[in-house]
Amino acid sequence: MSDLRNLYQEVILDHNRKPRNFGVLATANRQAHGDNPLCGDNYTIYARVNDEGVIEEVTFDGSGCAISKAAASMMTVRMKGKSIADAEVLIQEFRDLMTGNLDVSGEHHLGHLTVFEGVARLPQRVKCAVLPWHALQAALEHKESVSTEGDHDPLGN
Amino acid sequence: MALDAITNPKTGEPERSWEEIRQDFPILQQSVNKHPLVYLDNAASTQIPRSVLDTLVWYHSTEHSNVHRGVHTLSQRATNSYDRAREKVRRFIHAAHAHECIFVRGTTEGINLVAHSYGRAHIKAGDEIIISALEHHANIVPWQILCEEVGAKLLVIPMNDAGELDMAAYRELLSERTRLVAVAHVSNALGTVNPIAEIIELAHEKGAKVLVDGAQAVAHMQVDVQALDVDFYVFSGHKLYAPTGIGVLYGKTELLEQMQPYQSGGAMIARVTFEETTFTELPYRFEAGTPSIAASVALGSAIDYIESIGLARIAQREADLLEYATAKLQSVEGVRILGTAKDKASVLSFEVEGVHPHDVGTILDGEGVAVRAGHHCAQPVMDRLQVPATARASFAFYNNYADIDALVAALYTVKEIFGV
Repeated sequence: MSDLRNLYQEVILDHNRKPRNFGVLATANRQAHGDNPLCGDNYTIYARVNDEGVIEEVTFDGSGCAISKAAASMMTVRMKGKSIADAEVLIQEFRDLMTGNLDVSGEHHLGHLTVFEGVARLPQRVKCAVLPWHALQAALEHKESVSTEGDHDPLGN
Repeated sequence: MALDAITNPKTGEPERSWEEIRQDFPILQQSVNKHPLVYLDNAASTQIPRSVLDTLVWYHSTEHSNVHRGVHTLSQRATNSYDRAREKVRRFIHAAHAHECIFVRGTTEGINLVAHSYGRAHIKAGDEIIISALEHHANIVPWQILCEEVGAKLLVIPMNDAGELDMAAYRELLSERTRLVAVAHVSNALGTVNPIAEIIELAHEKGAKVLVDGAQAVAHMQVDVQALDVDFYVFSGHKLYAPTGIGVLYGKTELLEQMQPYQSGGAMIARVTFEETTFTELPYRFEAGTPSIAASVALGSAIDYIESIGLARIAQREADLLEYATAKLQSVEGVRILGTAKDKASVLSFEVEGVHPHDVGTILDGEGVAVRAGHHCAQPVMDRLQVPATARASFAFYNNYADIDALVAALYTVKEIFGV
């Protein structure tokens, strides 16, 4: 039970129930679709990046489990106003968190995104948490879609 | 429960109780995530009884060598065991001849073999193949690929909201253009038992052949391929209390004889020169290379085990478990059962309102309860029911009422965590 509570923390459940920045962004100039064909999670990330390379707006829509939806919601909250360079740092740090390669008590920029730490202990659910992050990276790199299977494995393996 | 006290009509001995039978499965004696394991993913893979595990050890300790190759003693022993396993399969599904039972890797390979060796030779542009809305991807994709290649058309028997096939629509789909009907005996996603005897009879009236995917059926009910008059019947060992990597394709002799090999190499030849090869007889023509001998022998042992309990008694036990589980789950507010066919095998697909099935699966696992969460390799079924996925509990005779109570208790944990 304590492990499950650690995984399904209140903030994750709250973002699952009331996802922030949920919906299509009509003014987006970047977007990418991410899907996990094995479990059916699928999301589209929309972003509007200005000429200075700052993410002015970022939203998502789609469907999936609580972990993936909360990950998408909290990611969009964190990304708004960030430069692409800063976003890339966050994406890498989140990926490190999910693969157990981040020292949570050390120096990083994830803030309360570390609530996803519990997911890293469930290898079968890591893909859920990483999916929207990988889709965001694809959007920023002008790719149209990513999948958790095949060449575009979000864990890079 | 009342069945626990009956005597075996064959031996006159008292039947072993279900709790005794459960002790035959070493894997069930463990804890998972600090809870006693409650294994309810039997539609994915059933567990292996000690007698079958012992067979694997015994085979590898005393007989292991290659079959149909050597003149030495071990090779002969292995060959005898391999042949005996095929004979057990023949008897189990009531085939007329052992050579009609081809050992394959599993149901998927069996279907691919038929699509490749029968389909490519007999299905032409303008012909039609009928499958059903309940099929596993393994009984969809090979036919899609075949249809695309030869220019045939794939038609689908629709189903109703309960998950039952629309037999009136099936009659409409059948025509002189129908070459093959490929349907599941039992739906893996919903548990529906399809009326395959009627499906086969109607197809034969139009001159079409029928392949039945029996992966979800053979462990739960008597299958008599001759009484059914089925043309091809396919199943997997790992859903029949045997290891992975072994399955059976049954085909009528007259059909198998006119089919070209699926794979080629050793064991399936009569004579090879660099100019020409002639193929050997059935069943070896379809068993190129060294087969999965140990798993085949283990499959024979699993059949012995099932027959020692009796499929009729197993079917009654599983029907009792399904009835109990269905009533219990219906009593949990917010739980909806998907698949309510009148004739069902022991599969219970469900969703918890407001909670994605993967989260249900993770929380149940945290409580030691193993279920499948996902689309069950049956995405068209999910689309038809307008759900992204379901959670699925599936029962075997070694499950008990306490397992179902543990499932229900864990569902209340799901509801508590998600506040639904």
